Amino acid sequence: MSQVSVTPVKAPVFKPQSPWRRNLDEFKSSPVAVAGLVVLLTIIAIAALAPWIVFQNPYDLMQLNVLDARLPPGTANVDGGYTYWLGTDGQGRDLLSAIIYGLRISLWVGIGSAVIAAVLGTLLGLLSAYVGGWVDALLMRLVDLLLSFPVILMALMILAWLGKGVGNVMLTLVVLEWAYYARTARGQALTESRREYVDAARGQGIGAWRIVVGHILPNCLPPLIVIGALQIARGITLEATLSFLGLGVPITEPSLGLLIANGFQYMLSDEYWISFYPGLALLVTIVAINLVGDQLRDVLNPRLQR
Amino acid sequence: MTVQQILSEQVSTAAPTLEVRNLSTSFYTRAGVLPAVREVSLRLQPGRILGLVGESGSGKSVTGFSILGLVDEPGRISGGEVLFKGRDLTRLSGAELRHLQGNRIAMIFQDPMMTLNPVLRVDTQMIEAVRAHQPLSRAEARAHASRTLALLGIASPDERLRAYPHQLSGGMRQRVAIAIALLHSPDLIIADEPTTALDVTIQAQILSEVQKLVRQQGTSLIWITHDLSVVAGLADDIAVMYAGRIVEQGSVDAVLDHPQHPYTQGLIDSLPSRNKRGQRLRQIPGMAPDLLSMPAGCAFAARCSRMTAICEQEPPNVELEPGRLVRCFHPGAGDE
Repeated sequence: MSQVSVTPVKAPVFKPQSPWRRNLDEFKSSPVAVAGLVVLLTIIAIAALAPWIVFQNPYDLMQLNVLDARLPPGTANVDGGYTYWLGTDGQGRDLLSAIIYGLRISLWVGIGSAVIAAVLGTLLGLLSAYVGGWVDALLMRLVDLLLSFPVILMALMILAWLGKGVGNVMLTLVVLEWAYYARTARGQALTESRREYVDAARGQGIGAWRIVVGHILPNCLPPLIVIGALQIARGITLEATLSFLGLGVPITEPSLGLLIANGFQYMLSDEYWISFYPGLALLVTIVAINLVGDQLRDVLNPRLQR
Repeated sequence: MTVQQILSEQVSTAAPTLEVRNLSTSFYTRAGVLPAVREVSLRLQPGRILGLVGESGSGKSVTGFSILGLVDEPGRISGGEVLFKGRDLTRLSGAELRHLQGNRIAMIFQDPMMTLNPVLRVDTQMIEAVRAHQPLSRAEARAHASRTLALLGIASPDERLRAYPHQLSGGMRQRVAIAIALLHSPDLIIADEPTTALDVTIQAQILSEVQKLVRQQGTSLIWITHDLSVVAGLADDIAVMYAGRIVEQGSVDAVLDHPQHPYTQGLIDSLPSRNKRGQRLRQIPGMAPDLLSMPAGCAFAARCSRMTAICEQEPPNVELEPGRLVRCFHPGAGDE
C-alpha cells in the first residue's frame, strides 16, 4: 500500500433528489390517490373561499327567510333571486351554502386539532424517548389510558364538562389524538436513536436536544405524517358524530354533523335532502382524505418501498 | 504506579497527544458484567498513527468509544484515565466533553451508509458540524465544508454538498464522513474500521489520502481495524487486542516482523503472503472466550500452543524494550 495515485472522481451532472421529491413521484403512481388529492384540495379551496362563493351567509339569520323553509332541490327562492340547488333546511337556509360553511367548520376543526395534537404529541413522544425513566413511564401509561377508553365516551365526558363550542370540540379532539402521535414518535425516536448517525452526531459534539430535533425528528416524520392524515379524517368524523349528538358545535354555526342532525327529523317526511347532501359532502371529504392517507402510508412505509 | 508506567514515562519526552492509563470499560447487563476493555494503556505522540488491531469483540471499538466518551448505558468506564493533552477526559462534564468532541477529537465510523443522516443533505450536516465549534455564518461554514471536501480529492465539492447521502457512492460517503472529522483540524482522530465496508481500490485511495492529511496537519490517528495488512502500510505503532486486553504493542516493524505474543503470531500466520505460497495457512484453533465467563489467568491460554500451568495466573506485561510490551509468560519468536 505504498504509492497510490489519487485521481479525482469524475462527477456526472446530477440533481439533488430530496426525499420529498422522491415520495411525491411515488405518490403520483396511484391515479386513485391523485384523484382523492384533487378532490380534497378542491374541497379545501371551496371551504376556504366560502364567503366569495356562496350567495347567502347561512350563519347570518337576517339573510334567512322562513318562508323558504324545506324547499326541495332546484327551487327558486321567494324573491326569485337565486335557485336553491340543494334545497333548503327547516330554517330556510340554502343547503349548498350551509354545506360549504359546514365544511369550513369541519375541516377547520379536523385539520386544526390534528396539527395541534401532532405538534404536542410529537414533542411529548420525543421527550419521553429522550428523558426516559419515570417521565417516560408516566407519559406512556397516560397514553395507554387514553387509548384504552372508548373514544366517543371520552369525548362526551370532556364536552359535557367543557360545554359546546368550536374551540372546545378542537380541545377535545387534541386531548384524544395526541396520544397516537406521542406513542409513534417515542417508538420511532427510540429506534432511530440507536442508529449510527446519532453516535456520529454525538461524536461531533452536537448537543443532545439538537440531535433529537435536528437529526432524529426528521427521520421520525413519515409515520407521523401518515397518522396525521388519518387523524384528520377521524377528527372530522368524530366532530360530526358529536355535533349529531348535540354536544359539538353550536346551532348558530352548524357543521356538517349538525346539518345532518337537523335534517334527520325530516327524513321520514320525504324531505331527504336536508340530511342527505351534508352527509354526502362528509362522505366525499372523508373518502378523499383516506385515499390520500392510504397512499401516503404506502409511499412512506419503508417496508413497502419499491 | 506500575513498573510499566514508570518505564514508559522515561521513553518519550515530548508531551503525548493522548495517554490512556489502565482504562477499563464494562457493560453491566442483566446477564452479568461484561469486561469489554480491561486495563488498556496507550500513548500517542502528535502526528503518530496507531493501529489498534483485534478480532470482533476484542474491545477495540469500545476502547475508541471510551476515549471519546461515547460509551452508552449499560456500559461505563469503570477505571483508569484518558489523558488528552494532560486533561482527564473521564472527569470532564458533558459540556466540556462536547466542546472537545468533533473539535479537538474526531471520530470516523465503520459504515458510511449509517453515519450520515439519510434525510438531511450533506451540506446541512456539514454546516451543522462546522458551526457546532466555530462561530461562522452559514455561507462561511459552507465554504469551509467545500474546501475540506476538496482536500479529500472530491471533484466538484459544491455539487456533492447539495446531494443526499443515498445519492453518493460508498467511497464518496466515507470521504464525506472523513471530511466531517477533519473540519476542525483535530489533534486526534479515532477511526473505527472506516474502510472495512469499501472495496479494496477505494480503501487504498482513502488510506493514502488520510495518511497524507494526517502527516500534513500533525494529527494523531488511532486506526481501529481487524486487518493487519492495512495497519502494516499505514501505522507507526500497533497495539494488538485480545479479549479486552492489549496483548502486544510496539512499533509496526517490531511487532509485525518479530511478534512475541503467540496470538499476534497466529494472526500473522493466518495471512496469505508470498513467502507461504502453496502452503496451507495456519489458523488459530478454538474461539475467543465469552467475556461473561472469562477463564482465570491468560484469556488466550485455551488456544495457545505454549500454554503451561502458570498461564492460569494473570500474565505480566513484559516490557522488552521501551514502548515494546507483551503480555505473556512465554514471549518469544515462536517455533518457526
